[in-house]
Amino acid sequence: MPTVVVVGSSVAGVRTVQALRSAGFAGRVVLVGEESELPYDKPPLSKQFLAGAWDTAKIRLLTAEQATELDVELRLGAAAERLDVAGKQLHLADGSVLDWDVVVLATGAAARPSPWPVGSGVHVVRTLADARALRADLADEGPVVVVGGGFIGAEVAATAHALGRDVTVVDPLPTPIGRVVGDEVGGHFTALHARHGVGTRFGTGVESVTGGAGDLTVTLTDGTSLPAATVVVGIGATPNDGWLAASGLLVENGVTCDEHCRAVDSPDVYVVGDLARWYHPGHEEHLRVEHWTNAVDSAVVAAHNIAHPDDLRAHAPVEYVWSDQYDWRIQIVGRPARATRHELVGTLDGDTARGAVLYTDDEGSLRGAVTVNWPKALVTCRRLVSAGAGFADAVAQVTALPPAKAAA
Amino acid sequence: MPRITADHEACQGYGNCITGAPDVYDIDDDGVVVLLKDEIPESDRARVEEAARSCPVSALAVED
Ligand SMILES: Cc1cc2nc3c(=O)[nH]c(=O)nc-3n(C[C@H](O)[C@H](O)[C@H](O)COP(=O)(O)OP(=O)(O)OC[C@H]3O[C@@H](n4cnc5c(N)ncnc54)[C@H](O)[C@@H]3O)c2cc1C
Repeated sequence: MPTVVVVGSSVAGVRTVQALRSAGFAGRVVLVGEESELPYDKPPLSKQFLAGAWDTAKIRLLTAEQATELDVELRLGAAAERLDVAGKQLHLADGSVLDWDVVVLATGAAARPSPWPVGSGVHVVRTLADARALRADLADEGPVVVVGGGFIGAEVAATAHALGRDVTVVDPLPTPIGRVVGDEVGGHFTALHARHGVGTRFGTGVESVTGGAGDLTVTLTDGTSLPAATVVVGIGATPNDGWLAASGLLVENGVTCDEHCRAVDSPDVYVVGDLARWYHPGHEEHLRVEHWTNAVDSAVVAAHNIAHPDDLRAHAPVEYVWSDQYDWRIQIVGRPARATRHELVGTLDGDTARGAVLYTDDEGSLRGAVTVNWPKALVTCRRLVSAGAGFADAVAQVTALPPAKAAA
Repeated sequence: MPRITADHEACQGYGNCITGAPDVYDIDDDGVVVLLKDEIPESDRARVEEAARSCPVSALAVED
């Protein structure tokens, strides 16, 4: 019986072992994870879990009982240290060695650390331990400064604001979310902070952070400074690929794979989730994506290909990510950042915002959409992007959707 | 035959299920999941299980 070893026990690793069983794989399955914590989900760490609305049980991805039911061996609290591709072995930090026939790499990414070392009071948010530590500090009083105005920074700002803290978000870019949605639409995301009384210092960098928990000073590149009791640094993530440096695999900002999620030149090594830099056959380029749905979808493709090697599937998703900030449910499909023109249906202003921005390029097809508080429009656009629909047709279909009861 | 269930309170309208199994799941105008059938043939189980597991808030299940 063949053995599949899956390295990394977050959503990509857990969905891989579940999908292996759904696909009928009957061999031995081992799930290895560095954290001794049972697998948990990450999106709530900046939202419901950080707010205290959800507990650990609610974000569990796999319980010990479910692992037993699936006949999956858990090796938690054991970091993978070295992969021997030719010898088909995985070496763990505790000195043990696992033999594999197929290995799935799912070690994800880590928060880029704060470049301003201080003793206490400065947080990142990637792991459950990170979120617990920040949640404890957010129970105190005093201003919060969030460094980084991207998705995680904006979500943390919204949560800290809801917990009653005074919040300011700092980012060197004039329109941080503009990188994803374009600067014009990005302006609405900046206005969202303002409407909730959260300050923004966009277009200004951070020079230094000094002090300690409860008494920090964030000095900005324009010479001004902000007092803070708590600082949260959300400046992106880097792939956990360092342990693979000597493996012989092609590692360059993630592990390079083919369209079937197999590492280049190593067909028995699969790579899924945030760690994978795979060839997207539709876009004809290599991509590394840090989105939950991509982790799940790539896990399903890899598991299918392991269970059915004579019927290989390609991983060619339409991009999809959501974010929850204040009273906005934001959903983004396709590639708005590569568009040349967009049109807004509905509105992104005020307390009853409900809108869809559709994006096109010079060829006139729908390339992406950003929706706010309008899941039906998102689902419609997601279908239309994957069908290669024309832009005018897409705008007409979204415009024709009925108004929501909730908004009336 | 496997039965399909949905927790309508938990559903947040993320829409992943519809991409995975558009013949089983849809969404209403308020963004809440709609089940297009109650049961699926055994041969569809793997595909629909994957669609259910693509729900970010675990609102969906395939039961025996
Ligand atoms: C706070 C936060 C909020 C988010 N919100 C959203 C959202 O709203 N929508 C969205 O689409 N996406 C969101 N994301 C992104 C999404 O969570 C990630 O894309 C997803 O977690 C990637 O899963 P993964 O399993 O590939 O990697 P990871 O989640 O990074 O997991 C990697 C796992 O591997 C383990 N590991 C690392 N190194 C080793 C080693 N050497 N040996 C063994 N194990 C190891 C780690 O401990 C971890 O368990 C969010 C992410 C964060 C951090």
